[in-house]
Amino acid sequence: MRNPTATRLLFEMSEAGRGTVVFPEADVPEVSGLPEIGAEYRAESLLPLPELAEPDVVRHFVNLSTLNMSVDSHFYPLGSCTMKYNPKRHERLARLPQAVASHPYQHESQIQGLLSVLYELQGMLAEISGLPGVSLHPAAGAQGELTALLTAAAWFRHRGEQRTRVLFPASAHGTNPASAALAGFECVQLAGGSNGFVDLAELRAQLDERTAVFMVTNPNTLGLFEKDIATIAGMLHDAGGLVYIDGANMNAILGRTRPGDFGGDMMHYNVHKTFTGPHGAGGPGAGPIAVRDFLAPFLPSPVVAFDPQKNWYSLQEPQHSIGRMRSFFGNVGILLRGYCYIRTLGGRGLREASDCAVLNANYLLSQVRDFLDVPHGQRCMHEFVASAKRLKEQSGVTAMDIAKRLLDYGFHAPTVYFPLVVDEALMMEPTETESLATLDAFAAALRQICQEPAELLKGAPHSTAVCRPDEVNAARKPVLCWSAQC
Amino acid sequence: MDPETLRYAKTHEWVSVDGDIATVGITDYAVRLLTDIVFLSLPVVGKSYRPGQPMGEVESVKAVSDIYAPVTGEVLEVNTGLPDQLQLLSESPFDRAWIVKLRVVNPADLQNLLSRADYVQHCGE
Amino acid sequence: MAYLFDTPEQRQHMLSAIGAGSVDELFQQIPQQLQLGRELALPDAVSELQLEQDLQRRLGVVGGGGLCFLGGGVYDHFIPAVVDELTSRGEFYTAYTPYQAEASQGTLQAFYEYQTLISQLSGMEVSNASLYEGGTAVSEAVFMAMRVNGRHGRVVVAGSLHPEYRQVLRTYFSRLGTEIVEVPATDGVVSVAACRAALTAETTALVFQQPNFFGCLEDVGGLTAAAHAAGALAILAFDPISPGLLKRPGDYGVDIAVAEGQPLGTPLQYGGPLLGIFTCRGEYVRKMPGRLIGRTVDRNGRECFVLNLQAREQHIRRDKATSNICTNQGLLALRATVFLSVTGPRGLRQMAELSHRKARYAVERLTSLPGVSLKFGQPFFREFVLETPLRATELLEALAARGFNAGPALSRFGGSLGADLERCFLVALTEKRTRAEIDGLVQAVAEVLAG
Ligand SMILES: Cc1ncc(COP(=O)(O)O)c(C=O)c1O
Repeated sequence: MRNPTATRLLFEMSEAGRGTVVFPEADVPEVSGLPEIGAEYRAESLLPLPELAEPDVVRHFVNLSTLNMSVDSHFYPLGSCTMKYNPKRHERLARLPQAVASHPYQHESQIQGLLSVLYELQGMLAEISGLPGVSLHPAAGAQGELTALLTAAAWFRHRGEQRTRVLFPASAHGTNPASAALAGFECVQLAGGSNGFVDLAELRAQLDERTAVFMVTNPNTLGLFEKDIATIAGMLHDAGGLVYIDGANMNAILGRTRPGDFGGDMMHYNVHKTFTGPHGAGGPGAGPIAVRDFLAPFLPSPVVAFDPQKNWYSLQEPQHSIGRMRSFFGNVGILLRGYCYIRTLGGRGLREASDCAVLNANYLLSQVRDFLDVPHGQRCMHEFVASAKRLKEQSGVTAMDIAKRLLDYGFHAPTVYFPLVVDEALMMEPTETESLATLDAFAAALRQICQEPAELLKGAPHSTAVCRPDEVNAARKPVLCWSAQC
Repeated sequence: MDPETLRYAKTHEWVSVDGDIATVGITDYAVRLLTDIVFLSLPVVGKSYRPGQPMGEVESVKAVSDIYAPVTGEVLEVNTGLPDQLQLLSESPFDRAWIVKLRVVNPADLQNLLSRADYVQHCGE
Repeated sequence: MAYLFDTPEQRQHMLSAIGAGSVDELFQQIPQQLQLGRELALPDAVSELQLEQDLQRRLGVVGGGGLCFLGGGVYDHFIPAVVDELTSRGEFYTAYTPYQAEASQGTLQAFYEYQTLISQLSGMEVSNASLYEGGTAVSEAVFMAMRVNGRHGRVVVAGSLHPEYRQVLRTYFSRLGTEIVEVPATDGVVSVAACRAALTAETTALVFQQPNFFGCLEDVGGLTAAAHAAGALAILAFDPISPGLLKRPGDYGVDIAVAEGQPLGTPLQYGGPLLGIFTCRGEYVRKMPGRLIGRTVDRNGRECFVLNLQAREQHIRRDKATSNICTNQGLLALRATVFLSVTGPRGLRQMAELSHRKARYAVERLTSLPGVSLKFGQPFFREFVLETPLRATELLEALAARGFNAGPALSRFGGSLGADLERCFLVALTEKRTRAEIDGLVQAVAEVLAG
């Protein structure tokens, strides 16, 4: 049960002069005769950080944690985010000494075990994607996108080509255009067909010698498999461009089909989604990319290489590498959890996970379709997008109202207002690690909510510690930092 | 100002012309569409814009829209008090919430703008 | 398989509700010719026990059991046990971005506290809720400087900035036509005059590091003034332990301060995940990259917290967003929050002072060996460059074999740190290294040098 006095701000719990002492006395003498740090460099006073006692700190964060919903505690069908169970076994394994205590500049001879695991993971991700060149370097999916676009740009430059445009459908995740712009490309958004798929005629009309890359999520953000993906890839390749597959939805197709087999030239994985890296209240993730053989020499540095003669793992820079995208190797802690997952499931297990993810999503779809519109598709892959548009027109109830009311029933909300191509969107991704009973309970709650009076929903949530924060004032006069005055 | 006498861009700016000076704001309809506006960035005094070029931005919690120049012109003055009184955008969209005064270079631009009636019809579509 | 629920009967029930004959039928959405038609060629599934046995064998020990005197951006500082205990709570650990404020007040408040703690630590007015790591934070800072002053032509970078951060900057800007000018370090620091000479009217920012990559202290005040005189922003990459002893970035009036936050409670993990700290002047807040948590009140007047100023971000502003970042480093920010809560100002001061004092002791002992010298005659914080008669890579390999890890060798970074550094390497000290361990390192160096 939550103790509200413990969730006061840390700064309000501070008492000056508590004098927390954590460290032992110095065991080395002061030395002189070396360059001294002058007074002009030294801090003049103690930092204005709070002074707290450890028991208070523990109570504070334990009580704060009770204000969260999480996968460990709740059904969390946040579409596009693959909030599946995060196996506990990974935690102990990812904290083994060589994984947790190795410094990035540790001598290669001391981390052969770790490098061997990372090398193996590169191979696994190549096999799962059907794309042979893998870089584990990017920190998250968005950085994977940027990395791949820069890799593609380097390849074009190497061929003496000046291609300036990146295309993507309107249903694309915001990181796609943001990454393309950051990489210095002109962004061209396609409206897409009314059936939720890429409109081939519209795409064809945009393809020319300026086209560098078409970015497409597959299955797309409506939860549909782009059935014409092979044709799309053919069109791009004929125009001299490349196809980027946003792999955020890989959880739908593991072992069933592979981006490399359906025409993708490059892709990113979100290890924190598909391969169960815990989401950590916002991160960290890991966003490895996989690319075709001709792009591999341009991948960022470093990659792990293996010399079978010497039985030796080492870091290498690809021949025409674009360079670094971040300091050090990559988000190894998350990559290791992904590795553990792949090892415990194997090829058949991964496919079974996707099978169940798709089965669960279709079952949920079948249970909600009679009271909520699902504009695209009788069938879906691992997720689907419902629309509260009709409810809004009838009673003023919005997708956000439904989302908030779900919290009262003990369910985390679906993703709302994404993708942008569906009005009043509610994007639901149940994942494979939920039981039939949970799906039934969730569908029943949704059904109930759709019949509840608008007023009740507008006032929701009713059971949480707070209700509908004032975001307008927050944005008009941002308070982003506590200070003693306020 | 009487909304009936103003000229309108399809991108939801209104224009009032006095000699070679065009006063520009955003319409009541646009403000309603955006809901609670939380931030406004003003055009830069001295800069020149062509019709359709973004001059500034209005931001609500969940959306951002550009403010486009309705006519060619140089920015003479901006309503510097407005960003701190955003409620004026809904309270007084055609008067106190004017955004920018432009020196009109090409009076023909005005021909391309809509009347109130046409604008209202455009919004209805 | 351990993570699935359904019995064959339940599957059948679900399929009939869907109106499908089989799971394969559901996958008919994928054109037949694109289906894999075989099992993925991956190692056979193993049980938890087998995996544990395999990984124990491969990852159970750091080879050689070496002691860490390694530096260069991440450091082996002490992490109180309470950091792991609290941050591994599933309610934080398995939640995601706090989009639904009512279901995420724990995360939101913790990150508001994080932003405040980082402001207090850096002396800067605002902090975001994290970026990936220190290197990308530098690049994001340069992008933001361009949004602030509208200059895109040039950025001037100190040659004493972490070489990997400079490489990241070059990759990020590789297609943007911005000239990246590096001012070489001389005797371990950059000269203010040389930086001033490199700053032009097109220069968006001057980027430098304190303490710098060599561990030496730069004239932050002089560099900041030089940047400002040219109308450029001063971007400082700082060390988050250093404010325990040294002036804070904000005390110098820098415009943007970034840091690698790993020393604040995150283990080394071979360099990731880490914590990108990003702070700046309050007036730039709408131009910042990354998530921001704001305080507000709810419908009933109760104080609470929300994701704020989201219109800057990719999910709303798309190609015009201030950054492409989505998933950030939340958990590491939470670790830093708990870490700073339990160490407090006095704990941090102790860490800084102990690390500094031990570094000085190590320098004195090491440089008493014949042929060993401190490369640069500058004041340093907890890290320094040592020069010996041997090639650094050889010396470090021999030390590693004796269970002592120092480095990196400066030659690792090619010529990017200057010429004639083949015999130089970095050594870093933290409060964790004991006198006996330092003496052991000195002994080992002596043995290796003696051949
Ligand atoms: C479809 C899609 N693409 C890209 C991303 C970006 O990935 P990340 O958050 O790992 O940077 C996401 C996730 O949020 C996503 O859902």
